[in-house]
Amino acid sequence: MINATGEVVLLVQNLTAEVDGTPILKGLNLEVKAGEIHAIMGPNGSGKSTFSKVLAGHPDYTITGGAVIFQGQNLLEMEPQERARSGIFLAFQYPLEIPGVSNIDFLRVAYNSKRKHAGLEELDAFDFDDLVRQKLDVVKMNPDFLSRGVNEGFSGGEKKRNEILQMALLEPKLAILDETDSGLDIDALKIVSGGVNQLATAKNATILITHYQRLLDYIEPDFVHVMEGGRIITTGPKELALELESRGYLWVREEEEERVKVQG
Amino acid sequence: MKNMISMATDRTFAQFLKQCSMPNDGTLLPEAMDYLQALHDRGSAQLHEQSFPTTRDEEWRFTDLKPLQDATFAPSAKLKLSAAEIRALMLPETHESFMVFVNGQLDCAEISNPPAGLLLSNLGLTFVSGMLLNAPELPIHNYLAKQLGADERFTALNTAGFKDVAIVWVGENTIVDMPIHLLFVAIPGQTPTWSQPRCLIVAEAGSQLTVIEDYITVGDGVHFTNAVTEIWMAENAEVNHTRVQQESQMAFHIGKTAVSQARNSRYTCNTVSTGAKLSRHNLEIHQAEEQTETTLNGLTLIGDEQLADTHSTIAFTKAHGSSRQLHKCIVDDRARAVFNGKVLVPKAAQLTDAGQLSRTLLLSSKARVDTKPQLEIVADNVKCSHGATVSQLDAEEVFYLQSRGLDQTTAQKLLTYAFAAEVINQIPVVSLRDRLAQQVRMQTQD
Repeated sequence: MINATGEVVLLVQNLTAEVDGTPILKGLNLEVKAGEIHAIMGPNGSGKSTFSKVLAGHPDYTITGGAVIFQGQNLLEMEPQERARSGIFLAFQYPLEIPGVSNIDFLRVAYNSKRKHAGLEELDAFDFDDLVRQKLDVVKMNPDFLSRGVNEGFSGGEKKRNEILQMALLEPKLAILDETDSGLDIDALKIVSGGVNQLATAKNATILITHYQRLLDYIEPDFVHVMEGGRIITTGPKELALELESRGYLWVREEEEERVKVQG
Repeated sequence: MKNMISMATDRTFAQFLKQCSMPNDGTLLPEAMDYLQALHDRGSAQLHEQSFPTTRDEEWRFTDLKPLQDATFAPSAKLKLSAAEIRALMLPETHESFMVFVNGQLDCAEISNPPAGLLLSNLGLTFVSGMLLNAPELPIHNYLAKQLGADERFTALNTAGFKDVAIVWVGENTIVDMPIHLLFVAIPGQTPTWSQPRCLIVAEAGSQLTVIEDYITVGDGVHFTNAVTEIWMAENAEVNHTRVQQESQMAFHIGKTAVSQARNSRYTCNTVSTGAKLSRHNLEIHQAEEQTETTLNGLTLIGDEQLADTHSTIAFTKAHGSSRQLHKCIVDDRARAVFNGKVLVPKAAQLTDAGQLSRTLLLSSKARVDTKPQLEIVADNVKCSHGATVSQLDAEEVFYLQSRGLDQTTAQKLLTYAFAAEVINQIPVVSLRDRLAQQVRMQTQD
């Protein structure tokens, strides 16, 4: 839902970042308000995934300029875990497998670290078990997955569902879904996007990073942004995604070049 | 016997041999004493002309026994633990099926409602010793000190001077439901002492057994444990063996596990080594017949200045054998781990399926591991794999956990624990698994 007067959840201003001395983000601007769903599309190498990792605080990226304000706080000064506890959630493109740690223990530790941060009492194993079982339904997950190692031997679709389950438990203010649709068959895609839709409210916000318009058939964005060369070069309504699907990214780039020329 | 310790015997071994004496139980039958004397003499003779290992020996290249050689040891005393001390060391699952040996000699044993066909015993229980040594149906002499490799130096030293033997005998088609806990406690003295625990496990055809072999130290002081365990598995027997070594950081521990597997038998060994200043475990599996299965899961968790060495051998001899081996080391501080995994596949062992994986996690820049697969394959139609990884904690995994709200230290600890858990989770006795998991968590906390 577009909410012109809503609370600004995330404000990104002229953000630049590099990895190993190679600039990836080159002046990115974005404003996300509560209740909104933003889709960021763009070709490979345009910096989409980097942007999501920078927001989550991945240590490989160096911020070289600009600002990121999350709910009035300077996000760039916060450690990854502080960002998570304050309400940033990144659903990974490739969720990691951690054999040896059961999924439910992992979920409980994550959930309790957020509770603790909010000054709430931690949940014990029994209460947490009740809670997590309610949340399983969001992604139609079999309870057997709780006792297995984190993502251990999960299929691609199961891993992505597990990410959404974590999101359901952590109830983030800003969810960033990095290519959550990639590698999913149509049934898994429906389950995952159904979960995301259930979790989206007027109080939180979602950023979808994707290659494919297909995801947007199931999760309807309020804005579609096109990234290219480390910047957002155009923004439009959800119909922009359809146009991108049929015409590719090249025309956006050409229009942008035209616009720059006219302005120049 | 005196003549056996001649000029040709290495000085260090001669010192140890001088201190070897017969069990002074007083209850052993004369035939038993004769048999044991002959066994001791044989061990002593096997040491004759063998030198004390140095790092010039290929088998001891990374493990320098100089500190052991330099110390002067005296025989350890025959001691008993209090009932309260024993209770504290017991596991809920085994409080009615255990034997406790202190400094290599029986302290107490408990076995309630054992299935017919299970014998839990030691040398000193007179009626048993009579039975074991004289009754043809329990021919202990066919098994004790009869494993291949019995002439290896420290095995021979044990044979030359063990004071008692833990005996677990599982009769034909006997399924032992309760796990058996064999606890070997070292109680050091004021000055360095040594002891030689000995264990014999015989699983007859079609039997099943879960056994825990557990080494700990109670009290302070330098001590040396030279332990030998022999496991005999007849056709279609199944043994799940967990060996835990958590002796004190002042201990020297040299241990041997020798296993002989007959046709269709299935042997699993879970080893967890966290103790001793210097430890060596020789794990030797002899697949004597067709279609035997061996599963070895090992965990070494060490820090400070500890050295822990595992040398394993899986010797296939016939067709259709299989083995799965996972050996994991977590090494912190200036500690050093050694793993040598030998797999022998001769011509006759066609269709062998052997897999070995050694994985090491180094937690400090001064920590070190020497890991070496050693596959000697002659047969041409086999599937044999091996791999070794040495790494630090994966930064991506740490970040994944941080992105879920865990701080960096908690994330690192959880990942270290997870690395160990892959082995610990294989242990079939829940309370032991939980206890070890708890200890790993403590040990990985700085």
